[in-house]
Amino acid sequence: MTALVIAEHDNASVKGATLNTVTAAGQCGGEVHVLVAGHNAGETAKAASQIAGVSKVIHAEGEHFAHGLAENMAAQVLALAGAYSHILFPATASGKNIAPRVAAMLDVGQISDVTKVDSADTFERPIYAGNAIAVVQSLDEKKVITVRTTGFDPAAATGGSGSVETTAAVADSGKSHFEGNEIARNDRPELTAAKIIVSGGRALGSAEKFNEVMTPLADKLGAALGASRAAVDAGYAPNDWQVGQTGKIVAPQLYIAAGISGAIQHLAGMKDSKVIVAINKDAEAPIFSVADYGLEADLFVAVPQLIDAL
Amino acid sequence: MKILVPIKRVVDYNVKIRVKSDLTGVDIANVKMSMNPFDEIAVEEAVRLKEKGVATEIIAVSCGPTQCQETLRTAMAIGADRAILVETTEELQPLSVAKILKALFGKEQPGLVILGKQAIDDDCNQTGQMLAALCDLPQATFASKVEVADGKARVTREVDGGLETVSLTLPAIITTDLRLNEPRYVTLPNIMKAKKKQLDIFKPADLGVEIKNHLKTLKVTEPPKRSAGIKVPDVATLVAKLKNEAKVI
Repeated sequence: MTALVIAEHDNASVKGATLNTVTAAGQCGGEVHVLVAGHNAGETAKAASQIAGVSKVIHAEGEHFAHGLAENMAAQVLALAGAYSHILFPATASGKNIAPRVAAMLDVGQISDVTKVDSADTFERPIYAGNAIAVVQSLDEKKVITVRTTGFDPAAATGGSGSVETTAAVADSGKSHFEGNEIARNDRPELTAAKIIVSGGRALGSAEKFNEVMTPLADKLGAALGASRAAVDAGYAPNDWQVGQTGKIVAPQLYIAAGISGAIQHLAGMKDSKVIVAINKDAEAPIFSVADYGLEADLFVAVPQLIDAL
Repeated sequence: MKILVPIKRVVDYNVKIRVKSDLTGVDIANVKMSMNPFDEIAVEEAVRLKEKGVATEIIAVSCGPTQCQETLRTAMAIGADRAILVETTEELQPLSVAKILKALFGKEQPGLVILGKQAIDDDCNQTGQMLAALCDLPQATFASKVEVADGKARVTREVDGGLETVSLTLPAIITTDLRLNEPRYVTLPNIMKAKKKQLDIFKPADLGVEIKNHLKTLKVTEPPKRSAGIKVPDVATLVAKLKNEAKVI
């Protein structure tokens, strides 16, 4: 019984979500191998072989893997699938894009957003936006899984000593082409990997105010910035900052929600945070029902005070 | 060009669901059911492509019990031209739905299939990708913008950290994200018109599809409750608690 983890990477380094997925793969009961399919990704493959618990890295090289197109990635995974009992992806935009394709080609079901591995064939996963937890048993010989990273600790990025093996790359499907991307570049930690997140809601009132009030707090704490769906819909913050059922699922050590009322949709995305702080002037805001520390105050007064006090 | 829009009937997004006391599932008896919100966005996008002259016919499809006809009527009120119900009372998992859709894809030969990225009940996020794999077609998931021209679909996708644009050779599969569009309100005249539109009903067996489950649900439980903590009187107390009690800063 061996598990294959599909590494998420940008050809230069392995993304953090891969480490949590390796931990989940280890809990499935056998050896853990990692596939690095990329372009000029030799160093990334070497780095992946250092992840604690990984016994082998398989490296597939090709220009058509540069942007992780689902058609090519899924075909490459399929070419290797025969040797594996479990195939695991991080439940990120990339993993969710590829995993069901692999499962369908293998004629097996796919198990999404696994938060706990109960045994080699039984897993826990949230349904209804996290308002219920299903314990599901796979009836297939091969299990294709996406792993919700907040459910598993990351494996150590170094200290392992896996081997690196190259494999023949599958051909380019030719049906899908990458044209370009707009990825925000900044020095902040990634939302899903951050230890501290400061998140703003509709109460901020404008994109300018959002930036003026929330950014200094994030800077002071070295935190990632998040937002509620209402704030994103109103244009105060970019789409990929959205925390919630339809945005990012996060579980930092500290989550500070300022001016967020706490719709179910939002709570589904952050309620597994270790410590939750809510700052809201509405005493009845549902966010207070999940907050460890609630401060009933106007965020425009309280947040600057907080920055000064830190 | 035809567009096929698969839609799912789910518990309305405003309903607070309850886990059954025998832990066999979620109680959906007597709760309001609606079209999966992401699928509504898919119908709207297809209608807009028809309004732009890109599409000629929109076919809404749903798989499930007879009540799905209501959901299909809603899709036709938004602007779908006709509908197909693949009727079954069996539990349908994403791979079975994808197989049904593959059979309909073969029958209807659409240029595009547009569907929601995930259903808000099982939160699987699988059907579109599975359909693409079974039909050996390109896919663009989590779409926030769709342009169709010269036999290609240019799709902007929401990915971690920002946006990505891919170009797909048609036919292709697109799954919708939240901000692709805002679905229009259905008007009474359009609801009346939708009642007269064609709705065909098949059984999975008519399409040569055998329903098979790949996952068995052993138990459904409530998530661990997070209890409310304390209210602090001021920022100084908050900072002191975070430093000394929670030790997170």
